Parts: sequence; C-alpha cells; structure tokens
Amino acid sequence: MTDDSPEFAAAEYADGTVGYPPHPVNDDGAERVGTVDLSEHTAQVVTWTESTATPPGVREPNTLAIVAFEIDGDTVRAIGQTTDDVEIGQTVTPVYAAELRDPEAGVREPASQEWDGFRFRPVE
Amino acid sequence: MVAAHSAGVDRNTDRVAVVAASMTQFGERDGWIRDLLAEAGQACLADANATADEIDHLYVSNMASGEFEGQTGVPNALAHDLGAVPAYTARIDQTSSSGGAGIYAAWQSVASGASDCTLLVGGEKMTHRSTAEATDVIASLTHPAEYKHGVTLPSFAGLTARAYLDSYDAPRESLGKVAVKNHKNGVDNPNAQFREAVELETVLESPVVADPLRLYDFCPITDGSAALLFVPESLAASYADEYAVVAGVAGATDTHVVHERPDPTTMGAVRDSGNAAFEMADREPADVDVAELHDMFTILELLQFEDLGFAQKGEGWRAAADGRTARDGDIPINTSGGLKSKGHPLGASGVAQAVEVYEQVLGEAGPRQVDADLGLACNVGGFGNCVTTTLLEVAE
Repeated sequence: MTDDSPEFAAAEYADGTVGYPPHPVNDDGAERVGTVDLSEHTAQVVTWTESTATPPGVREPNTLAIVAFEIDGDTVRAIGQTTDDVEIGQTVTPVYAAELRDPEAGVREPASQEWDGFRFRPVE
Repeated sequence: MVAAHSAGVDRNTDRVAVVAASMTQFGERDGWIRDLLAEAGQACLADANATADEIDHLYVSNMASGEFEGQTGVPNALAHDLGAVPAYTARIDQTSSSGGAGIYAAWQSVASGASDCTLLVGGEKMTHRSTAEATDVIASLTHPAEYKHGVTLPSFAGLTARAYLDSYDAPRESLGKVAVKNHKNGVDNPNAQFREAVELETVLESPVVADPLRLYDFCPITDGSAALLFVPESLAASYADEYAVVAGVAGATDTHVVHERPDPTTMGAVRDSGNAAFEMADREPADVDVAELHDMFTILELLQFEDLGFAQKGEGWRAAADGRTARDGDIPINTSGGLKSKGHPLGASGVAQAVEVYEQVLGEAGPRQVDADLGLACNVGGFGNCVTTTLLEVAE
C-alpha cells in the first residue's frame, strides 16, 4: 500500500487490545489511543452467507463473511462483502472498494456515513 | 382518572398484575398504525370492562411508524383516539424488542406506584412497503460498518446458522423442524398470519434467502397490534376474576456490532435478561411450563432455548428434532405459532408473545392449550442487541 492508500482502520486501545470498528472506548472502558491498519493483514473466515434478498442499492446476491485477524496475539473480527465464494477457515485478504452500496438508494442519510471499505478476497 | 380503585393499593406487598390482553388479526391489514393500535387498545379495555379514563399511563411499543408510514407521535394519537387524555404517554422503541421493553416499562410504572392502571399497546404497519424496503428499514438499526456492506437481519441469521451447524455438527433439518413445528401451532391460532402446516421437505426446498437459510426459516412482514393491561395486584379482582402476575421481568443489551461478540452462536443479552428474570421470580428454567421465543429466524429459537437454560450449549437443536418443544412435549415452545407463523409486526411482537403466555397460564388458549401455570416470553431486538425476558404466572 502507498501512503495515501485507504486505511482499514481498527482501534488500538490503552489496554493494548485492538477492535473493529473503532469505538471511543473498548468493552472494558479502555480509551482509544491509536489505529491499526487491517489492510496490511490477512484473516480467516469465521462464517459466511450468500444473501439473495438484498435491500435497495445492494448487489444481489451479496456474499458476506465474518473474518478474524490475528494482531499481536489479539483476535480482531470484521464483517464485509467478499469478492468470491469463500469457505469457513479460508484465508482472505482485504481489497478496497470505493463504493460498497449505492448511498442514495437506502433509508440512511448518505452524508451520515462512509460508503467505501474493504471486501475480502480469498488467498490462493 | 386515577382510579377510584387506588384506595386499596398496598405498595409494600403488591405484585403487578396483568388483567386483560388482546391482539388484532395479524397479516396484511387495511388499517394504518393508528387504526391497528386503537383496535387492540379498545379490545384490551373491553376485556377488563375498563374505561379509558381509568388509564394513568399509556405506552406504545413501536419501532418505526415514522419510517414506514410517516406517522410519528403515535402514543398521543392513541390516547386521543381511545379517550385516554390526559394519561401520561410514551413511545417505547427498542426495535424488534419494543414490545418486551414496553412490558418492562409498564411493570415499572405500576410497581413504582407511578400508575395504578397502565395500558400497553404494541403495533406496526409494514406490508404496504416492499420486502426490500421493509428489510432496509429494519437494517437501519445496524452500525455504519455493517450497513455499508448491505448487512441485513436475515444475513446475520445466515451467518449465525452456518456457524452453529458447523460448530455443533447439527443437521440442517433441525432448523427446518422448528419451522414445521411453529407452522403446525399456528394452524390453531385464529389471529396468525399463516394458518397452514408445512412439510419439512417444503421448508428444505424453499428458495434460498441467506444461505444456508431458506424462505421458510424466516418470519413474514406483518401488520398488527396487541395490548396488555397492568394494575397493582390488590386492584386486580376489580378488573378480572382470573389474572396473571409478572413474576419476573428483566432486560439486557449486547454489542451493537454483532461480529464483536466473542461467540457468534451465543446471545449474551438473552442469557443475562433470562438469568435476571429467573432471579427476580426465584424460579429456574425447569419451572417453566410454556415459552414464546423470538423466532424471527429458525436459528434464533435454538439459540434462545440454549441461552435461557433449557438446554446445554450446542444441544438446543435436538429439542426441536426430538419433539421436546412440540405442544405435547415437556417444554412447549411457540404454541402461538411464533413470529414464524403468527407474523412479526415489530413493535407488537413482544406484546403478542405475552398475550399468548397470559392466555396459556389462564387456561384460555383453546385448541393450543397446554398444562401451564408459569410461562416465559423472550423478545429480541436487532440480532440479540436488546432483549427483555418476562415470566407470567397465574395468580392463585
């Protein structure tokens, strides 16, 4: 990744734990002190589904996975679309997408959040 | 208003009684949210021979009347339509668990002495929206990191079902048997949206919605309303010959972001609210005679069955498969047909669960009747994000 590449930002907390997405504090109340870029790591698929009944502005079908990163002995999970079919236990790598769904098509105010992010691509 | 009855209230010993219950026909209804709420509210008052001017507090459990219909301020609207002005009113929104949260609020209002007569009405009007639109309104409860990927509640169910089947070596058929059981129960519920039994083969061959789950693993989109009337137990006899008491009620939350939970097959808020409700009632899972669990998806019935303590973790699937949760089993689950067959008008569902438990413990459930003195209702919002568990017991 180059310096201006999009960041897959997880939060680093004062007690040394890492979590995604970032919150002001973690479950134990430790404050956020930094950022860990998950795009530089691979992850394992915990579970996945292929959704065929998707809301307005979402690709159909929409394959989603919960994945687990191992960051310095800490397990950090994330959810996201996949680029291809995946299996439980498979290794995946984050791939940037400029727009994951059409911001104008759903009920959420488009300006209220970001719409880019990372899909998960199986590693050969 | 405040009741002529209130002179006999004993704040030290009173439990909170439920003296009346009602629900509208669930399904695709012509009426809008105000019509549905008024229909259930009037029926509930009539069930107790009560008049609207006796109501001190009026709560409306509703998730999204503004988003679905463009109608906000529904508690005030209902108070006017029922003739309950100037009762205190509030809307209880806790997404799909708004009904359970409404029970908690109604119980608090009476237990605290703030109200001697609280009417709770839950309702939602949804079917005028397409499935995709309604799914998106419901999915708007998700975190931005989930929503931008098109994550929906059905997709959470697919993700969790796959993890459960893989972790516990459970057969796919075990989920299908939940749907078969609940549809069979719904045949005998005149207010259910679907009153047709389905075969396991039909469930397993229905269209995929969120792999490995199929159409019959999901509840429908529904219009409907349900209501309960709460008073101090010392006043209950003036409203009803037979009544139920709130033996236990408790709510809990889990993480907003679903993937941040340590185990995707454990619903922490179900466990926590269940434990607290059992502790309040000084009872345990083995004491429960009948339960309504929040089967928005078949996998949720199994997870709640386990996390409420009716089965060990990873063993809940055997209960449905072995018939333990059937109407003639040792712990009948969702005798009403559940959300699966009865329907799921979001804000009404938790109230309607308690209506079924109320009728069961009072012996008023007709062909659905089981032998029950103590019943449980577990109402789940989001994908286990917010939960209220209620224990209702027939008053002796």
